[in-house]
Amino acid sequence: MNARARLWGVVAIVLAVIWAFPVYWIGNSAFQPVEALRSPNPSFLPDFSASGFGRVFDDSFVDSLKLSLTVTLLAIVAAVLCGFVAAVAISRFRFRGRRSFIFTVLAIQMIPPEALFISQYKMLNDWGLLNSVVGLGLLYSALILPFTVWMLRGFVDGIPIDLEEAAMTDGCSRTRAFFTITFPLLAPGLVASSVYGFLQAWNEYTLAVVVMDPSNRTLPLWLKGLTDVSNEAVDWPAVMAGATLVATPVIILFMIVQNRMTSGMVGGAVKG
Amino acid sequence: MSSTRLRRKAGPYALLVPAILVLVVGMAYPLGRQLMLSFHEFGRAQQFGQPAPWVGLDNYRELVTDRTMWTVIARSLAFCFVNASITMVLGTLVAVLMKRVATAPRLILQISMLLAWAMPVIAAMTAWQWLFDTRYGLVNWSLRKVGFASFDGHNWLIDPLSFFFVASVIIIWMSVPFVAFTAYAALTQVSEETLEASHLDGATAIQRFRHIVYPTIKPVLTIVALLQIVWDLRVFAQINFLQNVGGTPSETHLLGTYIYSLGIGQNDYGSASAMAMFVLVLTLVLTVRYVWSLLKEEPR
Repeated sequence: MNARARLWGVVAIVLAVIWAFPVYWIGNSAFQPVEALRSPNPSFLPDFSASGFGRVFDDSFVDSLKLSLTVTLLAIVAAVLCGFVAAVAISRFRFRGRRSFIFTVLAIQMIPPEALFISQYKMLNDWGLLNSVVGLGLLYSALILPFTVWMLRGFVDGIPIDLEEAAMTDGCSRTRAFFTITFPLLAPGLVASSVYGFLQAWNEYTLAVVVMDPSNRTLPLWLKGLTDVSNEAVDWPAVMAGATLVATPVIILFMIVQNRMTSGMVGGAVKG
Repeated sequence: MSSTRLRRKAGPYALLVPAILVLVVGMAYPLGRQLMLSFHEFGRAQQFGQPAPWVGLDNYRELVTDRTMWTVIARSLAFCFVNASITMVLGTLVAVLMKRVATAPRLILQISMLLAWAMPVIAAMTAWQWLFDTRYGLVNWSLRKVGFASFDGHNWLIDPLSFFFVASVIIIWMSVPFVAFTAYAALTQVSEETLEASHLDGATAIQRFRHIVYPTIKPVLTIVALLQIVWDLRVFAQINFLQNVGGTPSETHLLGTYIYSLGIGQNDYGSASAMAMFVLVLTLVLTVRYVWSLLKEEPR
């Protein structure tokens, strides 16, 4: 039995190594000099030559970083604001059409970008919004809004309405009761849904390909552009350094949200 | 008094207005417009500004009769089926493994899976492109080292089958963590006492899995499988990326990239829209029951 358990432990470690390896390989290659990556034998340990980062950190990176930050921020603000009030409506009110609204939102959530990008392209083209922050931001906010509504609604549900009602019997208006009692408790939900929106918009590639010009690249397009040169000329340490720059904030945020999600689930179970 | 009542009645609708506006502009309006586009013919004349003529269902007829379109649809469904199946099996096995091993190896495995899960898709794509690189890639180097000399300078993306093999490796690598974590969470809900009791009663490991473990995790696995199928139909980013770095687009198109090349590449908005409508309807048909089941728990 013990030997068997140990065997499964070894299998788990092997799997862990396989799954983490491509991530390790990005970091390792990012810290190699170019010559090392063009030698007949690969180097498995990083050399801590940061020259790849130096070559990749140029104006085009900064431009793309600014563009990505702007579009992402725009999409998050729009989606979280609109999503928040909609979540309050479906959580705190019972009204005709409520279930239809929820159904529509969930159904939209399932629609892949591929199924709409042709007409979204035509639409933005007509409105003169192709290759613009506003155009891409609009599509991104529509993309992340459904899940934002669904997620925030869960958070609003989690805060007992009794507190609000108590404040209302003490003479508070409904709106005031909501904003003084419930709203402060929603901060974690607003943070979580913003992080979710950030991850979506920051990583998005499909709609960015459709909407943006090569002159105006979000970070994923910029990163992809680094490998567009002919195969022999790809500066792999620089590409991997670029991948590191793009991925690091995402991995950090993802780990934070992952923790919060797990503790949120535990919290929910305790509360019953 | 009556004005307050009116306000209370209108309140929730007013709160929905911003969200509905965003969804109408970003989704509903393009959807309606796409439906209209799909009934029109876009040829050479339309590129010179002629209005597109109405052709009814012709573009949809093309979906079934046009050889290329039909091939792309069949290829996408096959690709989706293979990837979703392998992902589900591997993910469930990893979850079972997580359940079996001691805390230390389990944590290491979980951290590693979390890393792969968190990777932005394009960053991951560049990593795999580099691993499969023709001249300096680690995959070719390793295969040469173990004796396959023919992999010296082997190009993985030229042959369509090999192209889809690489794409599948990447997509499965990206997707297994989600399945593994969800299935693991479900597995922790399986009652230890029942398992122990059945063990004492002489049930074999396979019997215990079939009759106790599987029924408990089945609802979760069904939903995950459904999501996996939907996600493996939308692999534009991965396929587009690989086509750009070396695949032959005409032989490696899946639904997303084909719609893109038809519509934005060749300005054939009619056929592209018809195909997009097909993807949309397929997705909705696949998921409507799941969405409906989520709604069932909603108070009226």
